[in-house]
Amino acid sequence: MKLEATGKSGIWQKFGPLLALILLFIVITVLNPSFMEPNNILNLLRQTSINALIAFGMTFIILTGGIDLSVGSILALSSALMAGMMVSGLDPILAILVGVLLGTLMGVINGILVSKGKMAPFIVTLATMTIFRGLTLVYTDGKPITGIGDSELFQMLGRGYFLGLPVPAVVMIIAFFILWFLLHKTSFGRKTYAIGGNEKASRISGIKVDRVKVAIYGLAGTMAAIAGAILTSRLNSAQPTAGQSYEMDAIAAVVLGGTSLSGGKGRLFGTLVGVLIIGTLNNGMNLLGVSSFYQQVVKGAVILVAVLLDRKKS
Amino acid sequence: MQIEMKNIYKAFGQNKVLEGVQFSLEAGEVHALMGENGAGKSTLMNILTGLHKHDQGTIEINGKETSFKDSKEAEEAGMAFIRQELNIWPEMTVLENLFIGREMVNAFGVLRNKQMKARANEIFKMLNISLPFDKEAGLCSVGEQQMIEIAKALMTDAEVIIMDEPTAALTDREIEKLFEVMKGLTKKGVSLVYISHRMEEIFAICDRITVMRDGKTVDTKRIKDTTFDEVVQKMVGRELEDRFPHREAHLGEVVLDVKGLTKKGLFEDIHFAVRKGEIVGVAGLMGAGRTEIMRALFGVDQIDSGEITVEGKKVSIRKPTDAVRYGLAFITENRKEEGLILDFSVRENIGLPNLKSFAPSGLVKTEDEKKFAEMMIKRLHVKTSSTETIIGNLSGGNQQKVVIAKWIGTSPKVLIMDEPTRGIDVGAKREIYELMNELTERGIAIIMVSSELPEIVGMSDRILVVHEGKIAGELKKQEVTQEKIMALATGGN
Ligand SMILES: Nc1ncnc2c1ncn2[C@@H]1O[C@H](COP(=O)(O)OP(=O)(O)OP(=O)(O)O)[C@@H](O)[C@H]1O
Ligand SMILES: [Mg+2]
Repeated sequence: MKLEATGKSGIWQKFGPLLALILLFIVITVLNPSFMEPNNILNLLRQTSINALIAFGMTFIILTGGIDLSVGSILALSSALMAGMMVSGLDPILAILVGVLLGTLMGVINGILVSKGKMAPFIVTLATMTIFRGLTLVYTDGKPITGIGDSELFQMLGRGYFLGLPVPAVVMIIAFFILWFLLHKTSFGRKTYAIGGNEKASRISGIKVDRVKVAIYGLAGTMAAIAGAILTSRLNSAQPTAGQSYEMDAIAAVVLGGTSLSGGKGRLFGTLVGVLIIGTLNNGMNLLGVSSFYQQVVKGAVILVAVLLDRKKS
Repeated sequence: MQIEMKNIYKAFGQNKVLEGVQFSLEAGEVHALMGENGAGKSTLMNILTGLHKHDQGTIEINGKETSFKDSKEAEEAGMAFIRQELNIWPEMTVLENLFIGREMVNAFGVLRNKQMKARANEIFKMLNISLPFDKEAGLCSVGEQQMIEIAKALMTDAEVIIMDEPTAALTDREIEKLFEVMKGLTKKGVSLVYISHRMEEIFAICDRITVMRDGKTVDTKRIKDTTFDEVVQKMVGRELEDRFPHREAHLGEVVLDVKGLTKKGLFEDIHFAVRKGEIVGVAGLMGAGRTEIMRALFGVDQIDSGEITVEGKKVSIRKPTDAVRYGLAFITENRKEEGLILDFSVRENIGLPNLKSFAPSGLVKTEDEKKFAEMMIKRLHVKTSSTETIIGNLSGGNQQKVVIAKWIGTSPKVLIMDEPTRGIDVGAKREIYELMNELTERGIAIIMVSSELPEIVGMSDRILVVHEGKIAGELKKQEVTQEKIMALATGGN
């Protein structure tokens, strides 16, 4: 019953990145067996969680044919705001909540500029990336914010364990399931794909395209701010330069996971795999003692090869 | 050029599309290719011109076995293919579109705009087209885009020209002009393959006809030796009833009332009303502004002034979501650009405007959606292997049926149909007419824009004729004739 389009190439589309990840695991383990030790794997999961959270949000945006360059700055600004609130004595949980909401708001601003302002997402978020980063520097006066108290709950977020798993990894897994459900099971997800597939037809089909876009950029802002909260807790401080170039890692993960930059095609599971590939590369190359300069070269090359394979199959 | 295709087989995955097709083309003839939606006509021509590879069978050109690697090779061998799905670069100008991939350049690779314009002018004159060269192609109407495609094909000096439903978006006058050009071409020995669902055209212009059904050739005959009825009968494999079903209108109160609708340069002071259960036909020449009026009514484009009343309440429609909220539905004339999400499955496309009912809580009930899609597929005889088939893989006519299916489910109060049966075979057309009757029985009002006069006359309770952006006249069912419509449409009275 399946036609050509969902035939062989479809299987590669689904499992190609996963295969690459497994291969990567095997190669690194052969070169350095300590890679597979439980401690290192847990470490790997914790390291990837921040990129994962950002990349999940980015997936929605890229599916609509957009892009968000400002996520790294949103992470920094919301992190600084959270830390500031905690320093001034606000309850840490409340501070995180407010900080995350402020991240949502920053995303919503992006969304409004893109949809109502009818500006290209690349340009809008390039500008807000600079603005949010600038505001972070203004707010922190370019210095880290420290002394944010010793609330155990807050410490847990970045450094604790839950059922033997690092809390950031748990957050990542929960976020994955919630967003997977949102993307693949709800009308919101369907609309996301529809807009990326054909915005004009979506509009005429009665979809509130602008509203959906605002929500999606808001979601990306939220995810960046949650990542910001984790990072703040891990570092026990807010860094004004936090999150720089995180948008690139997130975009790379989404693309590695097989989502098309022109929108309409892709899956959240692919992004998870993409995040893990990047995380594994980082972690593995560190273990193998590859210099960080070469690491960049390798990462770039992997992205090129992945996209090339993606082209070949279609 | 003489072409002989023998025993052609082709399957896409499990879907056997061609199963032993015979087709021949003589130099200087116009050969009609007919068959129901999904019979395999476009696929056969895609194989001939190298886009798809056949699984079995042979293709001989001038007695020599040939098989083109790709479309470029076929083009170089002297074949031009005007595809059913238009290939327009919407952001580029008319001129750029005409010469895409074939730009004229000087020794340094610099574009020779003057020469290109001169060449384009020649062709445009021949086809009687008046389109500014620097207009963005995306802003042209579907009919104009179709003319660009035809002009593009004529410019290649091809020996074989394949036309896949070239007239679906053209008006009678343009069709006449096209036929003249076609006759001129055959005199020069050019062979033409002509795919169409319009019987009158086939009998007016073609020398021979090949009828296909379910991926097989049923028969090839000289046009002189066959009849309208015989062709239809071979196409659908059974006798067909009348072209238009009996229609008895039960009119209710006015649902939609439009007054003084104006958009500068496009249309002016448009006023009409539609009653529950009524079919209002909107006729007019291409470019008269019919589509533009409907687009504005639906909020796709903004109006400058005017008043819209739905069920007695004045409403403001500024975007399509407003229109949908007030119970309007819009089947656009351009299915690829505005009607469908090509990467979505049949089910997802049908579900899209109905998400409210399939996902009342936000959670999509895929099973319900699937059942509904299955029902619509059956109702409209959509030829698809399943509800999960990607819509881009359906034949053109079947895609059109899905566009219609999509909107019927929303139970609109007013259904606007812009060229609803474009590219649909005779059997399926009747299905759609019956469906329209059924919808009006349920109290839905239908506004049908169509360039096919028989359809307008056969189905409408009342007819509005648009001429140069104004309503030139209104005709009642009892008094209407095709001649009266044409007179109003061309500015006479
Ligand atoms: N690329 C493709 N992948 C899978 N199936 C395809 C593809 N192209 C065509 N088909 C299938 O082949 C069948 C024949 O399609 P084709 O486009 O040749 O029909 P057609 O006779 O031109 O119909 P129409 O009158 O509607 O244009 C259809 O059932 C269609 O779904
Ligand atoms: Mg076709």
